[in-house]
Amino acid sequence: MEYEIIVVGGGHAGIEASHIAAFKGHKTLLITMNKKNIGDMPCNPSIGGTAKGIIVREIDALGGIMGRIADISHFQIKMLNNSKGPAVRSLRAQADKTTYPQNIQKELENTPNLTILEATVEDLIIEENTVKGVVLSDGTNIKASIVILTTGTYLKANILIGSENTPSGPHGEPRSNYLSDNLKKYGFTIQRLKTGTPQRIKASSIDFSKMQPEYGDDRYWTFSFDNPVSYKINEQQKCYLIYTNEQTHKVILDNLDKSAMYGGYVTGVGPRYCPSIEDKLVRFKDKERHQLFLEPESLYYDEWYLQGFSTSMPRDIQEKMVHSLNGLENAIISKYAYAIEYDAIDPLQITPSLETKVIKNLFTAGQINGTSGYEEAAGQGLIAGINASLKLEQKEPLILKRNDAYIGVLIDDLVTKGTAEPYRMLTSRAEFRLILRHDNADLRLREYAHQVGSITEKQYQNYQTRLQKLQEGEKFLKETKLKITSEIKEIFEMNQKEVPTTTESLYDLLKRPEITMDFLEKMLELSIDNQTKEELEIQIKYEGYIKKTYKEVEKMKKLEEKQIPSDIDYQKIKNLASEARQKLEKVRPISVGQAARISGVNPADISILSIYLKKEYSKDEKR
Amino acid sequence: MYTTIAAISTNSLGIGAINIIRVSGKDAISIVSEIFSNKKFATAPTHTIHYGFIKDEEKIIDEVLVMLMRAPKTYTKEDVVEINCHGGSITASKILELLYVHGAVPAEPGEFTKRAFLNGRINLLEAESVEDLLEAKNENARKMALNGVSGKTTKLIEDLREKMISLLANIEVNIDYPEYIDELQITKENITPVLTEIRSSLQQIIEESENSKKIKNGLNIAIIGRPNVGKSSLLNALLEEEKAIVTDISGTTRDIVEGTITYQGIDLNFIDTAGIRETEDLVEKIGVEKSKKMQETADITILVLNNNTELTADDRTLINQIENQKALIFINKIDLESKIGKIESTKKVIYGSTKTKKGLEELKEEILKIFSLEDMSHKDLTFLFNTRQISLAKQALQNIDHVITENKKDIPVDMLAIEIREAWEYLGQIIGEAYEDELVDNIFKRFCLGK
Repeated sequence: MEYEIIVVGGGHAGIEASHIAAFKGHKTLLITMNKKNIGDMPCNPSIGGTAKGIIVREIDALGGIMGRIADISHFQIKMLNNSKGPAVRSLRAQADKTTYPQNIQKELENTPNLTILEATVEDLIIEENTVKGVVLSDGTNIKASIVILTTGTYLKANILIGSENTPSGPHGEPRSNYLSDNLKKYGFTIQRLKTGTPQRIKASSIDFSKMQPEYGDDRYWTFSFDNPVSYKINEQQKCYLIYTNEQTHKVILDNLDKSAMYGGYVTGVGPRYCPSIEDKLVRFKDKERHQLFLEPESLYYDEWYLQGFSTSMPRDIQEKMVHSLNGLENAIISKYAYAIEYDAIDPLQITPSLETKVIKNLFTAGQINGTSGYEEAAGQGLIAGINASLKLEQKEPLILKRNDAYIGVLIDDLVTKGTAEPYRMLTSRAEFRLILRHDNADLRLREYAHQVGSITEKQYQNYQTRLQKLQEGEKFLKETKLKITSEIKEIFEMNQKEVPTTTESLYDLLKRPEITMDFLEKMLELSIDNQTKEELEIQIKYEGYIKKTYKEVEKMKKLEEKQIPSDIDYQKIKNLASEARQKLEKVRPISVGQAARISGVNPADISILSIYLKKEYSKDEKR
Repeated sequence: MYTTIAAISTNSLGIGAINIIRVSGKDAISIVSEIFSNKKFATAPTHTIHYGFIKDEEKIIDEVLVMLMRAPKTYTKEDVVEINCHGGSITASKILELLYVHGAVPAEPGEFTKRAFLNGRINLLEAESVEDLLEAKNENARKMALNGVSGKTTKLIEDLREKMISLLANIEVNIDYPEYIDELQITKENITPVLTEIRSSLQQIIEESENSKKIKNGLNIAIIGRPNVGKSSLLNALLEEEKAIVTDISGTTRDIVEGTITYQGIDLNFIDTAGIRETEDLVEKIGVEKSKKMQETADITILVLNNNTELTADDRTLINQIENQKALIFINKIDLESKIGKIESTKKVIYGSTKTKKGLEELKEEILKIFSLEDMSHKDLTFLFNTRQISLAKQALQNIDHVITENKKDIPVDMLAIEIREAWEYLGQIIGEAYEDELVDNIFKRFCLGK
């Protein structure tokens, strides 16, 4: 058996990696321990969310499948942050845990060049620091030019409930016992990370009448730029909001020493943004209540996910905790919350293309790289798959910059700063978030996707049609002037808007904060479709801010363009602070821009580095 | 101790006629040779003084005297070079920068003394007091030395940044966790008050900083008055030399005459102007125009009046004219009979005589008081030293002003956050903080969220 690319792991990273590699025409093998679990959502029943929803759109723009499968597999969808401004809007869908994996599996089965194998990978075949294939637990060797590891939380995973510590993957799946030890042997630094998942509650045992319902949006959305809507607004399911109370807090605080975290049974580092409920109570003593959300997992079975209540308390305490909640007095817990510890590699050992620095032709993506979240995993998987293919094709890798995409921010953060906790994307991490919007993901990325051949001709055409519509729309708005007749004046006044003193183009009018496309449509026919209107409105209204962001981008680009030769010897640079020297040695940044983002490398070190590069560079010129 | 260190050894304000830059370490002599025009220097015997120019390649930076002290008979027992350059911090900083470019590194606070101890130049007792000093100097002190910002200023800016980041972290939490409605929701209404408060502190820092620039560059003081009230005599008395021509014929001083004294460490540049009166004489007219202009650009104006004559219409015009300026009134010739009468002015009036020198000391003190510079050379300074820092503070102020204006319109919070963040970063650059993850850290420190 021989393949061009082997992907190890059938989670969200492995799915995108194997799909795109096969799509690009490479003979690809996806190895998973359990075929039925491909596309499984072991934690929250949603796809998207703040920042993450934008990642999903980026995945779609680049030819990935998460967005279009989510579009056909959810029972509620909404746009978050609608009121807080265009830069931070993001879609979130409550995805069905039954249909989402089914639809994913169907999609992979229908992908030519892709074979799926149920097996456990125990080791890699390595020759001269280059990966040549994988070794299965039964001793079988499978050869490949490139291997992509997307092992999720399975590497030497332990499940923790109270003082119980069981070697196991998520939801009782077998774990991978040997692979991380072997990776260590090859020179990877292995770190232990921790995450957790809350209880699942039987729907029939919940008293929803005591809870506050949360609805989906009353307008249609899709993640994908290519697919039509396939749901009905009024068939969306509700979620519910509840709160912890005094009784809940008493139960938790009285039993703190029984939790795996506070009892000292956990060695992994857990994420700050995803603390267990006992963590929240200890760290924020003054808060009288904490918000929790009840979300249905699927329309095909009756478990609900209790978001916000993740814990590592023993089962009997969890019973008491859950029963203290309003509406859950008689709740039946179908799955207890648990913490899971697993091995991950130090992301400083991977390059921006997601190939490892340690072993050639070996790529890694997803939780093995220290991230958390389905979307973060899928984004990396897609890039790893694209870059693995490009490497086979002997082409330059696709490296998205911080001003290109959230995926670019994600990977740059990982390979530049490393991570001591599972990394979750936040809009705050993206300094150029104003130009990394959900609405323009295709405008930002489809051209790249076309260049690297990760989208279909049809997808590229959709993008070009959109560009054309935008151009026409802009032209129309610039050429159409609004004459201030008494009738128009009245409309302005009726809507309590300042009446323009002269005839202005619609384009100029839109620059005023209070003038919207909707308002203009009260006065004249725009004949521009909704998507184009939305895009143009943002571009015109926030032009000043957008320009400012681009100026910042230019500043960064200048530093990014200062390449650092890969064979640079940091020992030779006099006067670098020793911490900076160590960090630079470890990260080996590809540009001065990247170097400047390393924590512990100060502006003074960057000047010294720049002077050194300049000196060396001008020497070369003289020669 | 393999590095060669350099620092300005005179006080950090750069007050005074000269500045001394000390360089210590095994490469001290070779590093200085690279920027010093005197070619004999490198091979000269120890404990000698050399004249020449500090040059940045072909560009002359300053005319200097350089002292060469070879190890071991030096303060640090290493090779030590001291460059005596002209006063003012710009020249000294430029020279220091050059030294760094050529391989010297900035000295930590107390590092010369530390080396003196480690090299056996001073004993343990002396060294212990240095240790205390080093320990007392915390992270702030280090930053201050590195960035030339005083501890108090750093603290002030840190406080401002703290306020900004707490606002920002709250905005970000609302954005990243929109459904956590229990957290304080930042709205247009609660952004402006916070920013207004930050704005006024920042404004004050900038004002004080611009004052501080006066310390370095000196104050320009225009002496004005009607002809023949004793402006030139006042200048001469202040300078204690016969620089301006003093005569009894009105309109003698037709050009600008000036002189500088250093008072309490601050340069006072006095500028004598032509007497101001309505005149037909062309030459005198030019002089009068010039003095009016001078007065406009001066930091402070001293109006001289004659005690011995009644106030004229010209005098009254001048008194009104200085009402909106930083100004003092000096009533000269109190040794003569008083005919002047009551002065209607909000400005401080000083009585004195250029002949008996009475009132001159008071005049100089009052000048400093106007800028609150009385004991500046001893004070812990609460302002920014260099133009770069002031301009960063101004940029931050500009951002904040813009946010406050935009917030009155329908601009969503994500746009406002961009500029608040920018302002916060500018302030960070002033105190040398450039920790990018600070914001994310703050979000998790302050708020309680997640599954």
